[in-house]
Amino acid sequence: MKADTVKAEEATARTRAASVSRQRVVAGLALIVLAVAAIEFPLVFSSPVVTNYAIYALIFVAAVSAWNLFSGFSGYISLGHAVFFGSGAYTVGIAARDWHVNGVAVFALLPLAAAVGAVIAVPFGLVALRVRRHTFIVITIAVFFIFQLMAYNFSFTGGSVGVSAPFLPWSPTSFNDHFYYITLACAAGTIVIAFLIRRARFGLQLRAIRDDEDRARGLGVHAMRVKLSAFVLSGTITALVGGVWFLYLTQVQPPSGFDPLFDLSLVLMAFLGGLGTIAGPVLGALIIEPGQLYLTIKYTNGYLSEILLGVLFLVIVLFVPRGLVPTAGEWIRRLRTRGRPASGTVSPATSAPPAPPEASEAPAREARTT
Amino acid sequence: MAREIYQAIVDGVLVGGVYALMAVGLTLIFGVLDIINIAQGVLVILGAYLSYVLSTRLHIDLFVGLLVTVPAMFVIGVIIQWAFIRRLRGRERTSMTLLVTYAVALIIEGILYEIFGPNPKQLNASYVQSSVRIFGFYLSDIYLYGFALAVLMVVAIYLLLYRTTFGRSVRATMQDETAARLVGIDVNRVAALTFGVGVAVTAAGGMMFGATNSFNPNSGYDLISRLLAIVILGGLGSIGGALAASVFMLTVESLVDIWSPEWAIVVFYAALVIVLVIRPTGFFGRQPVRAQ
Repeated sequence: MKADTVKAEEATARTRAASVSRQRVVAGLALIVLAVAAIEFPLVFSSPVVTNYAIYALIFVAAVSAWNLFSGFSGYISLGHAVFFGSGAYTVGIAARDWHVNGVAVFALLPLAAAVGAVIAVPFGLVALRVRRHTFIVITIAVFFIFQLMAYNFSFTGGSVGVSAPFLPWSPTSFNDHFYYITLACAAGTIVIAFLIRRARFGLQLRAIRDDEDRARGLGVHAMRVKLSAFVLSGTITALVGGVWFLYLTQVQPPSGFDPLFDLSLVLMAFLGGLGTIAGPVLGALIIEPGQLYLTIKYTNGYLSEILLGVLFLVIVLFVPRGLVPTAGEWIRRLRTRGRPASGTVSPATSAPPAPPEASEAPAREARTT
Repeated sequence: MAREIYQAIVDGVLVGGVYALMAVGLTLIFGVLDIINIAQGVLVILGAYLSYVLSTRLHIDLFVGLLVTVPAMFVIGVIIQWAFIRRLRGRERTSMTLLVTYAVALIIEGILYEIFGPNPKQLNASYVQSSVRIFGFYLSDIYLYGFALAVLMVVAIYLLLYRTTFGRSVRATMQDETAARLVGIDVNRVAALTFGVGVAVTAAGGMMFGATNSFNPNSGYDLISRLLAIVILGGLGSIGGALAASVFMLTVESLVDIWSPEWAIVVFYAALVIVLVIRPTGFFGRQPVRAQ
């Protein structure tokens, strides 16, 4: 009897291991296919109209992944990330203007944009992260407005006229392709960073803070240090992406650089896909940003798109509150657990029942993190 | 210079009264439902547009029109709470309610744009332009009336909260929802009615805002950020705090305005950040924000 159970357990372990490794192979193949598709994309769709959509989508993939690695993991919802986005854009613009940087050399200013993002994030985080929940959200909004107003009022930011980017010596036909690969690199880099953080001890500490900050502190997490590091990292990446966005758009004004709808879009994308997951925000950005852009281009007054955005928001929050990716993961898991016992692939021993859900949970978890 | 300063303080107090009216609704909703109603700003603007329609189409006086707009906004508030906010539960409720009310704000803003267009409007009446001279200070009539209205409505809310059975159940729910439920209070009903009351005051606030500022559907964002700053500074859920903070903030803004109008609003938000660095619970916080 005892030998039987051991054998049965070994069998389930083997099938579990096999299914996990098979899952890994499938996920790896899917990633390779995705990467190839992403790289080949501008070769297939060479029209600037299409690549324009792709570039904006990728900018938002990078921005929302950066937002998510702080807000999604830690549960501190920031509505002030436009501070970093706009500051990055302005940094590149002002530095290029004052130091007379021309041509492709302006891309050398992107690390400066990232550094400025980090420099802003430290005091911002030190103040805002002292408080939680609603108060944190409101402070991020307040800081956001301070930055927008500063951009309007200072003379070196060009007031309401804003700043223009230097001319890039790229032909109109290849202009979008260059930016496509730059934004693709930003997006891929941010996703990899978010993925690594989620798997690391650091990511675990962040999620412990999200679940119960006081308990996490009690268990020895240096909450402030962890939160601030994530906030600074997130702000740094967002500022870098803001710089790229500025070079693509070639101009920035206070309301476009520091745009309240930018923050809102990030939150919506993350919630649509699944807050705190890796694939969720990416999926959300890929769905929402092209849709929003399409509506803005089609209905130039933008009011209808605003109403639709609001309705979409309500539908998501009321019907898919956990986001698409976790909800889909749940469905897949449910389908599998229903199918597993009937197919009889698991050992016939009575000790089996607890195994199937476990075995099928692992791949589902895997699917969620990738 | 001294004259200007006194005048600025008087102006700040009067305008602060109007903001207090809008902020009280926001802080009341927070106290009972534990949510921040982002739509409060655009609801104020909706109230302003309702008054605008009544006064331009039906030629009803702004203050008389409140007899229509206040109940109308109350009903809108109850509907929003019943349709969207009531359903939200669970760990992400804070951010979820924020998103829902933001979505409601977007929808209302879009509809207002569709109907009225982006051109700024302003409410007009004989007393909007006129002013009186008291002790050498010029006080515009509309601000005096508005301040009186604000005092009246705040007193009414105070009486509602502290002298009625409904008010007792509201305060019980604010203190401890579970305990309130246990002693037989219909918490859902209290939540719906409180949201209604909190939104109803925006009708009066909107009328005042519309009479003293030009507004378009987009004005709600600026307003909600100021209101949020006020209620956080006063301590979330504290009605007295909201009153004190609105008068304080608007006086500060009015004083800085003498020196530089461009920087007045920056100082407004900077004051919030500075106060919260020193005192994370705001002036009259009910409980430490850290412990939440």
